[in-house]
Amino acid sequence: MKNKLSWFAVPYVVWMALMVVIPILIMVVYAFTTADYEGTLENFAEMGTYAAVFFRSFRLALIATLVCLLIGYPVSYWMAHEGPGFQRVAMALIMLPMWMNFLLRTYSWMSILENNGLLNQFFKTIGLLDLLGVEYIPMIGTSGAVVLGMVYNYLPFMILPIYSVIVKLDYSLLEAARDLGADSRRVFRKVILPLSLPGVLSGVTMVFVPSVSTFAISRLLGGGTQIMLGDLIEQQFLGGSYDPHLGAAISMVMMVIVVVCMVVMNRFGEGEEEAVML
Amino acid sequence: MSKELIRLADCVMAFDDEVVLDKINLSIRDKEFLTLLGPSGCGKTTTLRIIGGFQTPTSGDVLFDGVRINAVPPHKRTINTVFQKYALFPHLNVYENIAFGLRIPKTDGKGNRVKLPEEEIDQRVMEMLEIVNLKGFEKRRTTQLSGGQQQRVAIARALVNRPKVLLLDEPLGALDLKLRKDMQNELKRIQKAMEITFVYVTHDQEEALAMSDTVVVMDAGRIQQIGSPEDIYNEPQNAFVADFIGESNIIDGIMRADGVVEIFNRRFQCLDGGFDRDEAVDVVIRPEDVDIVPEDQGQLKGTVTSVTFKGMQYDIIVDFYGFKWLIQTTDLSPVGSRIGIKIDPDGIHVMKKSEYSGMFGDYSSYSEEYEEISDASLDPEEEDSGDEE
Repeated sequence: MKNKLSWFAVPYVVWMALMVVIPILIMVVYAFTTADYEGTLENFAEMGTYAAVFFRSFRLALIATLVCLLIGYPVSYWMAHEGPGFQRVAMALIMLPMWMNFLLRTYSWMSILENNGLLNQFFKTIGLLDLLGVEYIPMIGTSGAVVLGMVYNYLPFMILPIYSVIVKLDYSLLEAARDLGADSRRVFRKVILPLSLPGVLSGVTMVFVPSVSTFAISRLLGGGTQIMLGDLIEQQFLGGSYDPHLGAAISMVMMVIVVVCMVVMNRFGEGEEEAVML
Repeated sequence: MSKELIRLADCVMAFDDEVVLDKINLSIRDKEFLTLLGPSGCGKTTTLRIIGGFQTPTSGDVLFDGVRINAVPPHKRTINTVFQKYALFPHLNVYENIAFGLRIPKTDGKGNRVKLPEEEIDQRVMEMLEIVNLKGFEKRRTTQLSGGQQQRVAIARALVNRPKVLLLDEPLGALDLKLRKDMQNELKRIQKAMEITFVYVTHDQEEALAMSDTVVVMDAGRIQQIGSPEDIYNEPQNAFVADFIGESNIIDGIMRADGVVEIFNRRFQCLDGGFDRDEAVDVVIRPEDVDIVPEDQGQLKGTVTSVTFKGMQYDIIVDFYGFKWLIQTTDLSPVGSRIGIKIDPDGIHVMKKSEYSGMFGDYSSYSEEYEEISDASLDPEEEDSGDEE
């Protein structure tokens, strides 16, 4: 490995410095200063007020990630075992919603979940509402709706990495396991699952990180009652409670927590023995 | 002769309309080293996979110890496999790879699932490591091992389960020549020591002759000949076997009487009989069975057209009446010289005409062939047949 960077790396390095390093530095400076740019830890102390938001964000993101994993793994597994024609179609179907605007998709869910939205009208038509004796089933504005929105938007990021790991699994390894006496369940538990763990880890990362910092979904589907970290930060920069210093501090704390989570998880993934114990 | 362990009866394997195996009948005896030999695409690997349970024959029976096992899945057969590319588990270390089969609970006589105690697993894994000369490698990751070491882990992983039969699918294919020779001896030693039936697949005829008790020569989904290495080499049943095993000059001949065959309008004494009078036959003459004599004393006379030094002997190509022969000799006859040859009766092998007649055994394009053979990355046999068809 050469230690000297090639000239081709220069645009990349400049870009990284301008768009990643400097903004992070600005954020750190903001986080530790007051409106008059005097050093302070006040911003962090103030955050205690928002502990509930922190807790809710991580809880909902965790649930969404788990749901994505529970749906995504079987789907990936099943896709990888079908014919190449089916795989192409399935892949296109999974990617298709991502070609539409993110806000548009979320607004659509609003009109589906609303109190007199599509779903409730459907329930009414089939007589479910009368059966339960209610005007409508409240869906919008619940944390369930927020989780649904996150799962819907981020599921492809779970499926893609898991699918690409499983589809590349060496088939002779599965034959070898069967040859050595393992039935299908054991082949899955002892060979397929541990070998697809890298895909699971990157899927979990790719779903968890955007989920924990999401803002539009929680505002639109959570109806303002399910405010999450992303919304909180947004309010500090754009909303009525304008305080970029507090916003920067919240961002920083969130970033640190996410990075720590990721590091711990990847450690776990590296230890082969633990992986097998799953 | 030990008893029969595996029998394939009229096994046919067809994918869509392509017949890969055409009515294979094969009997494998207990504790023997049997090799399925043939060019790529001949059906040898398919045969192995049928025995292993990875493929079910389209028709025909697979019997193990007299019991039909067509529908028994691989994990319920007391047969283990060493795969071509080893197929070691990359997420497990050497020890855990070998212990994989032992850690699987087995059903005992009363139908209970029993696990082997950890001490026994440990003892058996260590014993296997010793047998394959890999002591001290327990904690290594398989990806850190050389090809030969991975190979030995694969063998240990299969043998530790004490199978009745070990299937080996071109296990030495990826190793270099020196290592192959070592591993051939190693495998033979392990087979003798553990008293297990080995079914070995290879396209390398030298390997087959050196290791096997029984060689099964296959081509085009059919068994061409079954016999001991000596039988296969000395008494090939058709031109394909003669050409595939060792080097052969295959000449058109006419059987004039029992023990008398005519080639190039000259009569030769031979040991074969039982043919019709004046039946057209294929005559095999091995390059090492030809004696070079002065031209005037020769039964046949020809001109040397090419000489290749091979270390132990010279490979010379001699033109007899337009047909090129390969002759191996320790005496140098320079290119262009006229020589005579003599062939003893036991050096002449007469075979019935078959669909392979006329396809093999002419050395007109020997020099090109030689280059192909020396290129280890090619499958020489496959290349040959392509040339001559």
